[in-house]
Amino acid sequence: MLEIKNLHASVDGKAILKGLDLSIGAGEVHALMGPNGSGKSTLAYVMTGRDGYRVTEGEIVYKGRDLLAMSPEERAGEGLFLAFQYPVEIPGVPNTTFLKESLNAVRKYRGEEVLDAMQFVKLARRRMKELGVSEDLLKRPLNVGFSGGEKKRNEVLQMAVLEPTLAVLDETDSGLDIDALKAVADGVNALRSPERSTLIITHYQRLLDYIVPDKVHVLAGGRIVRSGDKELARELEKTGYAAFTGEAA
Amino acid sequence: MPAQSFTEQFDSLRGELPGAALPWLRELRDAGIERFGSLGLPGPKEESWKYTRLRPLEQTGFAPAPAADTVSIDRLPALFPQSGMGHRVIFVNGRLRQCISFLPGELPEGAELGGLAEALGRDPEGMAERLGRIGRLDGQSLLALNTAMMRDGLLLRVKAGVTIPLPIEVVYVGAAGAEPISYHPRNLIVLEPGSRATVVEHHVGLGEGAYFANSVTEILVQEDAELHHYKVQEEGPEAVHIATLHARLERGAVYDSFTLSTGAKLARNEASVQLAGPGAECHLNGAYMLRGKQHWDTTSVIDHLTPHTTSREVFKGVVDDEARAVFQGRITVHPGAQKSNGHQLSKALLLSDRAEVDAKPELEIYADDVKCSHGAATGDLDHEALFYLRSRGIPESTARHMLIEAFLGETINGIAAEGLCPALMASVGHWLSRATNGERS
Amino acid sequence: MAVSSETLETVRSVTGGEYKYGFVTDIESDFAPRGLNEDIVRFISAKKEEPDWLLQWRLKAYRFWTGLEHEEPKWSKVQHPPIDFQDAYYYAAPKEAKDGPKSLDEVDPELLRTYEKLGIPLREQEVLAGVAVDAVFDSISVATTYKEKLAELGIVFCPFSEAVKEHPDLVQKYLGSVVPYSDNFYATLNSAVFSDGSFVYIPPGVRCPMELSTYFRINAANTGQFERTLIIADRDSYVSYLEGCTAPMRDENQLHAAVVELVTHDNAEIKYATIQNWYPGDKDGKGGIYNFVTKRGACRGRNSKISWTQVETGSAITWKYPSVILQGDNSIGEFYSVAVTNNYQQADTGTKMIHIGKNTKSRIISKGISAGHGQNTYRGLVRMLGKAEGARNYTQCDSLLIGDRCGAHTVPYIECKNRSAIVEHEATTSKISEDQLFYCRQRGLGEEDAVALVVNGFCREVLQQLPMEFAVEAQKLVGISLEGSVG
Repeated sequence: MLEIKNLHASVDGKAILKGLDLSIGAGEVHALMGPNGSGKSTLAYVMTGRDGYRVTEGEIVYKGRDLLAMSPEERAGEGLFLAFQYPVEIPGVPNTTFLKESLNAVRKYRGEEVLDAMQFVKLARRRMKELGVSEDLLKRPLNVGFSGGEKKRNEVLQMAVLEPTLAVLDETDSGLDIDALKAVADGVNALRSPERSTLIITHYQRLLDYIVPDKVHVLAGGRIVRSGDKELARELEKTGYAAFTGEAA
Repeated sequence: MPAQSFTEQFDSLRGELPGAALPWLRELRDAGIERFGSLGLPGPKEESWKYTRLRPLEQTGFAPAPAADTVSIDRLPALFPQSGMGHRVIFVNGRLRQCISFLPGELPEGAELGGLAEALGRDPEGMAERLGRIGRLDGQSLLALNTAMMRDGLLLRVKAGVTIPLPIEVVYVGAAGAEPISYHPRNLIVLEPGSRATVVEHHVGLGEGAYFANSVTEILVQEDAELHHYKVQEEGPEAVHIATLHARLERGAVYDSFTLSTGAKLARNEASVQLAGPGAECHLNGAYMLRGKQHWDTTSVIDHLTPHTTSREVFKGVVDDEARAVFQGRITVHPGAQKSNGHQLSKALLLSDRAEVDAKPELEIYADDVKCSHGAATGDLDHEALFYLRSRGIPESTARHMLIEAFLGETINGIAAEGLCPALMASVGHWLSRATNGERS
Repeated sequence: MAVSSETLETVRSVTGGEYKYGFVTDIESDFAPRGLNEDIVRFISAKKEEPDWLLQWRLKAYRFWTGLEHEEPKWSKVQHPPIDFQDAYYYAAPKEAKDGPKSLDEVDPELLRTYEKLGIPLREQEVLAGVAVDAVFDSISVATTYKEKLAELGIVFCPFSEAVKEHPDLVQKYLGSVVPYSDNFYATLNSAVFSDGSFVYIPPGVRCPMELSTYFRINAANTGQFERTLIIADRDSYVSYLEGCTAPMRDENQLHAAVVELVTHDNAEIKYATIQNWYPGDKDGKGGIYNFVTKRGACRGRNSKISWTQVETGSAITWKYPSVILQGDNSIGEFYSVAVTNNYQQADTGTKMIHIGKNTKSRIISKGISAGHGQNTYRGLVRMLGKAEGARNYTQCDSLLIGDRCGAHTVPYIECKNRSAIVEHEATTSKISEDQLFYCRQRGLGEEDAVALVVNGFCREVLQQLPMEFAVEAQKLVGISLEGSVG
């Protein structure tokens, strides 16, 4: 599914990722943990093609193709989805419009039929019901005035509607109360299938109680310094990252 | 033809103006009078004079101010409660009065403080280098007139790295008798890199006579220097107060100004600030209180010339009786001045049915990565707040005063100079203690 | 309700992303001789078989205009080479339609095809959309639909020239009563040479049951278009009116100097919407329409209301300030505007709200979008006169910049002479957000679709004011006119 080899990336001329290797197979859920500033969000933005994130060395192969050669929207079309750490507010654009435009853009990319308004509303309603998201969320302007929890739920709703093949969740758990956390986890778990993979970027082990990962990686100093199974996350919770930041230096 | 008469005045005075023997200054003055002659007094056809007419200047002849009689120091109001809080420089009818000025203790080494006339005699080369160097000249006919007629004014130069800890209070006294007089102060403030100073201008009128004070101030704030510049304008009731200010700010420089205006029959402050280096920051704030038939105008142009520059401009005022307030402010972000940040706000309260406020806040933006905004509001006192106070037993007039004080206090309390806020708030209180229309109605 | 990407792409595939309405209709036309003098004014008046009072009015305007020579308004921020007013035709009309067609069957089929190509199929529209259309081609009205049905309600909706013949009292009473012939350089020129336009009268107590719309088309080369529109809403009446504009792509600039006058009496309301998509010139700034228009409404009656909504995406230069004079107590004026300037387009537009009556209210929402080398200025006046007790104004002007070579300017004039009046003005300027664009692209939207989506969100408050069927059209237009502005 995803093969990252020796990835070096910089922002504003400052090297952040320094030789990162990561391999995610189809159907797998990986967790990427690490202290602040270790490069977790940078990895998410490099994968999705944000401006200003420069790859200086290495490669990312996604579904057998060179991911880095694609535009952000092509990557989305190929099924790469990022749940943003800070979802962006777009005043005046109703949530439902945005979702429909996104879905149809992605469907068109895949050569699938574009949904009309009725079909779309049916699909969106079904997903909202599954995730326990209130319908009123769809009518409001995108993320504008949403609470922290609403924003995160909305990201998961988008994910459920767009049905990505590789979802990257960038600290989707931060700032959530326990109910919201469960709802987010349920959403992710509902999407788990042998064709879909997930990369969960997180600070804490908390979310991993609800979404059990196949593998856990520790990112420090721009590289993966340790990989293991879910026990590694528990261990980190006890020992902290200090040992690893030392290792990376 | 008063415009003509200024030209005539110049012709008869030119030989006795300070520095008359200096060729460069003669040229400067000649160019000034020529430009003034061709432009004439500014009129309504000029966009920036849309709301202000210089009627008193058109109608009345103002003779050049004579070397004034002695003014006794105890007649001069002081802004700071006790003497010794600052250096004090006093100009009477535009001329420096050494005998009543005082400097408590020594100025720090590297600080030069004095009068323009004296400096022209002492250091003509240095003055040639610095005078008339800052700011645009196009269309500025009153600046041109000042350049021709200037006699004296404040000269402050602070050398690199020097801080003047005490504020410098500059008192400009207008004292006219039965005959209307005019004078043209020319101030020059240069803060070299890393220096700091605080200047407090206090404009007062003695007596009821008519006078025309046409001042020009040139300011250069060099790298990382910081100038705090405050002004209290309490000119006499028949005064015409015109103050043109041109400031240039270099990298990391800060220019922080506040003007409180209550005086003059007709007052116009025209400021042009150039943010000419990254990190330069200017605050152009003020408050005004007008009554009778006073006309007050503040017109400003802030040019963001380089990236990462910041400007803030907040003016608040109350207008009573048949007075009129004019606020014109323009923020221009020039091509390439990315990451500029400009904000401008004008708020006015009308206290009478015949008062008027005209506001024209302008944004002119030629770069995309900027944050600029402006706001303007006019209205009456907040009726709900007034009712709330009265429902707590506060008499209406007191309640009104409280609300006006709170309204103006918001801006005045932002002033950094120690001891000045209470003085300005006292000035607000004093103004209010004379009956406002609000109470009569 | 946002622009859908499929329609955007359909349009693009047809037009190659360029101006869609740039074709020329090959039709024989009658021209007045080139140039402007009293004889031309007489020629136009004679062509239209006008009564003498109207000819005299035109001549008065013409003489006043000659006195104004070289006094074109210079206070706006727009720049253009001097216009040679003698080097243009002031009257052009499709030959067949000299006297105006009696019914659609008499309209030249070539013209019907033109309007179909423009998306205004006159026949289908009549049957399907429930919108009455007056089509103005160069100088004259070629077709008006639904006239009979409206006439049953006493509503007059007809070409201006027809109104002069059929309803001379109304025309004489109101023409020039809001915009006098001496108002400004271009309005004066229009008063002398205006060709045609729409006339609407809604009688007392009548709520017009359908949208009225005029579709303006400049076709002939070197021709100025000077239409004149007059809408009167008598007491307790209501009408919603929409105009659309296009022109062929030509290398030379063409002048369009229209005048629109609106009058509302007690409790009446007029909603006036414009979708202005005149040819903007090419991407190097060559050609395009000079759109110098005077639009003004008078709320004469108590509780009356005039609402202007404009979507300005076309023209090389736009110079217009749809205004409201709030005379009647409790009357309301509104101005909602979206102006887009891309490439070398210039727009200097805004409004004037003159508060005279008690408790009059006005609301101004302006959204300016600049891209390429475009220059976009909001210029507006809010004036509270001494008797305007309790009057209120709220103004919000937002500017969005796309790229670092364009300009966005805000020049409000606020004049308040009444203590109980409240005026509030806010303005912001910022660039289009990289975060927003990236968020959209991560969800699969192409860059231009992302820009269109974000910009349409930015304009939503204004676009919402348009009738539904036009709102969708306007959204598409905003997206298309910004093409090529990113990347």
